[in-house]
Amino acid sequence: MNKRSILSLGAAFLSVYAANSHAAYALNLKTPATEIASQIYDLHMMMIWVCLAIFVVVFGLMFYSILKHRKSAGHVASQFHENHWLEVVWTIIPVIILAGMAYPATKTILAMKDTAASDMSIKVTGSQWKWSYDYLDQDVKFVSTLATSDDQIHNKAEKGENYLLEVDNPMVVPVGKKIKVLLTAADVIHAFWVPEFGIKQDAIPGFVRETWFRVDKPGTYRGQCAELCGKAHGYMPIVVEAMEEDDYNAWIVAKKDAAAAADAGADQEWTKDDLVAAGKAVYEKNCAVCHQVNGAGMPPAFPAMTGSAIATGPLEGHLDIILNGKNIMPAWAAVLNDVDIAAVIAYERNALGNNTGDFIQPSAVKAAR
Amino acid sequence: MSTNTATHHDDHGHPTGIMRWVASTNHKDIGTLYLWFSFFMFLFAGALALGIRAELFQPGLQFLEPENFNRLTTLHGLIMIFGAIMPAFVGFANWMIPLMIGASDLAFPRLNNMSFWLMIPAALLLMTSIFVPGGAIAGGWTMYPPLSVQNPSMSVDMSILALHILGVSSIVGSINIITTILNMRAPGMTMMKMPLFVWTWLITAFLLIASMPVLAGALTMLLTDRHFGTSFFDAAGGGDPVLWQHVFWFFGHPEVYIMILPAFGLISTIIPTFARKPLFGYASMVYATAAIALLSFVVWAHHMFTTGMPVAGQLFFMYSTMLISIPTGVKVFNWVATMWRGSMTFETPMLFSIAVVFLFTIGGFSGLVCAILPVDIQVQDTYYVVAHFHYVLFSGAAMSIMGAVYYWLPKWTGFMYDETLGKWHFWLTTIAFNVTFFPMHFTGLAGMPRRVPDYALQFAEFNMISSFGAFALGISQLLFLYIVVKCIKGGTKADAKPWDGAEGLEWTVPSPAPFHTFEVPPTVK
Repeated sequence: MNKRSILSLGAAFLSVYAANSHAAYALNLKTPATEIASQIYDLHMMMIWVCLAIFVVVFGLMFYSILKHRKSAGHVASQFHENHWLEVVWTIIPVIILAGMAYPATKTILAMKDTAASDMSIKVTGSQWKWSYDYLDQDVKFVSTLATSDDQIHNKAEKGENYLLEVDNPMVVPVGKKIKVLLTAADVIHAFWVPEFGIKQDAIPGFVRETWFRVDKPGTYRGQCAELCGKAHGYMPIVVEAMEEDDYNAWIVAKKDAAAAADAGADQEWTKDDLVAAGKAVYEKNCAVCHQVNGAGMPPAFPAMTGSAIATGPLEGHLDIILNGKNIMPAWAAVLNDVDIAAVIAYERNALGNNTGDFIQPSAVKAAR
Repeated sequence: MSTNTATHHDDHGHPTGIMRWVASTNHKDIGTLYLWFSFFMFLFAGALALGIRAELFQPGLQFLEPENFNRLTTLHGLIMIFGAIMPAFVGFANWMIPLMIGASDLAFPRLNNMSFWLMIPAALLLMTSIFVPGGAIAGGWTMYPPLSVQNPSMSVDMSILALHILGVSSIVGSINIITTILNMRAPGMTMMKMPLFVWTWLITAFLLIASMPVLAGALTMLLTDRHFGTSFFDAAGGGDPVLWQHVFWFFGHPEVYIMILPAFGLISTIIPTFARKPLFGYASMVYATAAIALLSFVVWAHHMFTTGMPVAGQLFFMYSTMLISIPTGVKVFNWVATMWRGSMTFETPMLFSIAVVFLFTIGGFSGLVCAILPVDIQVQDTYYVVAHFHYVLFSGAAMSIMGAVYYWLPKWTGFMYDETLGKWHFWLTTIAFNVTFFPMHFTGLAGMPRRVPDYALQFAEFNMISSFGAFALGISQLLFLYIVVKCIKGGTKADAKPWDGAEGLEWTVPSPAPFHTFEVPPTVK
């Protein structure tokens, strides 16, 4: 390799480094947004420096030895093989170092576990593959799913800035409030992780676990599910918008109005075409991840929708499996409203290669709950 | 048939052809079988890893749909752990323990045959599970329920059965090794005169006997949850998904040391040879190994810091985990002190050993970082952890195995390996390994979760670097295969003791080691 090609190789490595260095967070933990996260950040930096110091001393000695105590340098081997004093010293010094690490870590742990005196509680439910947020003090609930398009994931469209870290309905919280998060899961274990808050808590089906955070600065914070939860585990982001309290209150009012409007829709008479049209979006957002956009499914785990015995059979059976689930098929009663369920039934029976011609009204869904 | 005459004309002969291997009760032949088996599985599971790295080369989905990606990560983990690393150490135990303690064979030669041949159906179950309807097991090698109960594929049951069989094989093998070490040492070889590799294996065998039945219990509960309506791990029936994690990691953490203690033994054998100086702190090495083994049973829940344990549990497991760094540190200090003021040369086995000391310690430091619970909250289930366990399992276990292969190849084959090619293999492996795994510390800290087929754009550069490194690392192992085959076929004749600084009974027998050795036990002064 000549001098020029070595230089250009070096330049290539430098450019890779430079490409990263403009985003300072790419090498280290993200900039903390809560008190706990900044304690974690500091703990980690302390660990890095202590480990680096030990590393330099131990391997400085080793490489010095490799350089000097080699046969080719004419070094003759000593035959010592014990030194009790030395062995006691290098057992006791690490104990002292470890105690120095354990003390601040313990203080942080006690703070992390203290969920008392919270200002508000949000119940967060993980399910394959979305997060549901239930504001327990406000009677506001909604479901949050990945907003990145399938075309971006399959490289048919250019990837956006927040690729895989964007959702349709973010979790919204007021700044400066201690927010208790009650976590559970509907199917398998998920983990709620927002790096900038320093929280990661498993969501375990059948149990409720707690964690908490208090954000001081308004902004958008992004996280992901951190526990393998099946095929779309990588597509289950969390987005938290922290707002000033007034903005937060306005957001709560808007959410309540939207829910009321959707409820009103349940009492109207719908035509088949309107339902099928509305059902397409509901299907693609909620059902296509398993049953596929074209309805072909992924047998044997995920049956095809096209020609399905359920989607072309009696309406009651179709409604029942959507409301209550079966095996891997989740229950949608708590996630989708009456209009959504009626719409998706109409879509599954009258599109995707099916043509039964029948459908049910949202009011019938409401009655069946 | 000529095979019959060959068997009978000489008491010291052996069957030839395929039956030599199928019916073998000879520790050297079975050791060879174990080593080849593990190398094949290493290449197979390595190829799966290249599938993972190909998909992660760029953001977006290119080659694998997410479920197939999960199948690759799961099988890669299971096969590397149970098919590559563990059997390789058993191969060394077979070949070297009798030679090191002056025994003619293992205590139970037929059980030894059974231990090996049980691995074949288990490996076939794991590998063929790729082709059953529903595809291979996809819930991660840790098989957390409810995900592993939810997966309808038969491959999950095949994997459970495979692990059951491997557990039986390990337990039988461990009984054999313990019995051999305790009863068949040459006259004069007291426990505290045993080579350190023998010590580490004795302790490892006890770990296996204590932990494998725990895995078997967990797997059986998983199987009955899947098929017989029990609810061990289902809250709806009174169970708890987290129970699996407790039982699994009660096995899983000792398992981690099962894969590293024999590596410590190998390094402690090789470094004194090439430093031409006795191992520093032999007794403290033995005590440190025992301390690590005992601690391994009280740290399991550090894998579960995010499950939401009570604070007392979190503190206990953090403190106990931090304690492990003390005996581990003692070992590293002892190795450096062994090199200190020696007369070192740097043949391939020594190069691998130095790299293991250096790189394993990086894995040890990142392990200490993970032990600090608040920091673990940030890095758990991210690429930081992937980096950590590859620094201990690849540059700890796998690279010590490679170094030890070079160390004893002359004894096994009767020929010296090609030193130049060996050094090429060393440098390629070491550099490619670091290019692959060092950037994962950064991607993990910056927030990339593990077990995802796709990632946010800020992780793109480091993932591309990792993928380049992984392919170089994979291809370099073909060179290893070539060097070993070349050495078996011929080369410079090896002396009985090809390394002038080597100590131990294995160097008192000719190279290649005859089919039967130490029929009359040697006396150790």
